[in-house]
Amino acid sequence: MLPDLRNLGTILRVLFAVNGAALAVAFAREQRWSAIVDEWVALTSVVEPYLLAELAVLAMASPRLVRLPYRYGVAAIAGVTVVVGVALHQFYDRLLPGQAGSLPRQLAFALGAVAVLLYYFQLRIRALSPAITEARLQALQARIRPHFLFNSINAVLSLVRSEPQRAEAALEDMADLFRVLMRDNRELTPLSEEVLLCQQYLDLEKLRLGERLHVDWNVKSMPGDALVPPLVLQPLLENAVYHGIEPASTQGTVSINVFLSRGEVHAILKNPIPANGRRHQTGNKMALDNIRERLALHFDAEASLECRVAREGYEVHIRMPYRTAMPASAAPAGDAARAPAESRHPGAQRSRALTSPLAGLSPTGALRV
Amino acid sequence: MSDNALRVLIVDDEAPARRRLRELLDDCAGAMPLSIVGEAQHGREALDLLQTAPAELVLTDIHMPDMDGIELARHLLKLSHPPVVIFTTAFHEHALEAFDVNAVDYLVKPVRVQRLLSALQKVPRLKPVGAERLSQLPATARRFLSVTERSRVVLVPIEDVVYLKAELKYITIRTREREYLLEESLTRLEHEFGARFLRVHRNCLVAREHIRGFERRVGNDGDAHWEVLLNGVAETLPVSRRQQFVVRDIGREPVNGATA
Repeated sequence: MLPDLRNLGTILRVLFAVNGAALAVAFAREQRWSAIVDEWVALTSVVEPYLLAELAVLAMASPRLVRLPYRYGVAAIAGVTVVVGVALHQFYDRLLPGQAGSLPRQLAFALGAVAVLLYYFQLRIRALSPAITEARLQALQARIRPHFLFNSINAVLSLVRSEPQRAEAALEDMADLFRVLMRDNRELTPLSEEVLLCQQYLDLEKLRLGERLHVDWNVKSMPGDALVPPLVLQPLLENAVYHGIEPASTQGTVSINVFLSRGEVHAILKNPIPANGRRHQTGNKMALDNIRERLALHFDAEASLECRVAREGYEVHIRMPYRTAMPASAAPAGDAARAPAESRHPGAQRSRALTSPLAGLSPTGALRV
Repeated sequence: MSDNALRVLIVDDEAPARRRLRELLDDCAGAMPLSIVGEAQHGREALDLLQTAPAELVLTDIHMPDMDGIELARHLLKLSHPPVVIFTTAFHEHALEAFDVNAVDYLVKPVRVQRLLSALQKVPRLKPVGAERLSQLPATARRFLSVTERSRVVLVPIEDVVYLKAELKYITIRTREREYLLEESLTRLEHEFGARFLRVHRNCLVAREHIRGFERRVGNDGDAHWEVLLNGVAETLPVSRRQQFVVRDIGREPVNGATA
């Protein structure tokens, strides 16, 4: 598998590695510090234009490259390296005749660097894929407190005799929630699906907590088709309810604000901090670490999760790149298996469609806000 | 309802959970005489209710806002006829499992009607669990101290307490408004509330948030010692020779603008 050539993390790693190599060469050639620095500057001034041009070309070609089998992908990158190398060498030769240096030497250096870096990324991807599985396992364990499950079942039981229709709707919400919790959650899912899940979750909490839980949704301008790690928001809302709403007997507001800004998806979740709240933050920290780790695995340096205690309460801010369904590689085979989550019950008052990731991208207007 | 009906109070912060228990109790009513005296959303409300409508059994959730089930059980012991407490919880709590054999009963939600009925049938033979045993439950510090006055249980919010002073048999609780008498051990209280109080004397704990400052005074014997100045209370408290270091220590930490 080729590395994601558009990812900021990949690009930074390449820049670091090549400039580091140049520094190593400078160290080998010179002894005095000032001479080392001069040598390094001289080397990088030659290397940098090649490097940036090559990265730019690769980033542009990336969607095509990832579709190639690995071997051809490597060959294509080598080809791009040679073409960029020759082209720039020609350009330099015209600009400053005789100063451009030996073309074969430069090409050999460039191809060597390409080989080493591709080998490094290959190793890194191999090292990380067990980590993705591991993160998934962690997600399986960390999410949904058993206390929520049993309290919800108890709440549904209390409705069975008096309000059977509400009991049905609640059980359907629970079924959808647990369907997502139990499936393979390694693939990214559309944001609209995650938000829908959060709404079903909060409906269940509202059933238990009644007036005490007030939810302020602000997702009208969210990009519903953005691909995000599954369960990136739900565990945070669970924390918000557990730490912000349950310890208080008065009403509290959990607010969810999801929007697109400068090509990035932002999600800001807020909850109050009750005066006599739960002191144990370990559960909270586990959920945060879990999400942070999954964000890093999926988006590397392009995503972040920050939390802070503000005057109005506790706030979590997630930033993710805006990615939509990519061709070929991103299409999971198991879509058919997880798609039919629609509620088919004729008596259900709220039948909401859970769209499949590819067909989906359901209009955000359909969400109850 | 017959006179020998078992009087039950339901305490849970979640309305559906209270409704479910009510339904189940109705189901049990065929097998044994029962009467539900009321429902409360948290411990404080339960205590208020019980002052006017006594019950023999309190079915209480553990995790609740304002006052949790374990703290409620501790305050209930101050009533002249303490009810039996059965905890209801959504999740097995190891701490309670250990107590199951020792008569603190607990029911796991969702509760089965048979399980509830067998617990109810045991109630007349059960005695309320003592304070000693309840205080061993891994609970967070209480939010209230409770004292009995004219056969009523009065709750004193812990943040209102200015100081606690041990005197012969009792502890005096001093708030801005008045004093209360409490029958507990000062060492226990110090342990339970940790950093909230500062020990300034062998017999006295002062709430840090109510300390205004310290003043050097010379006694009748000519020896100088420190006195604690308090917010909202005119009297001052002597700092014992052994505890003098607290004056120095507190000067280093920010305490509501208090100055040493």
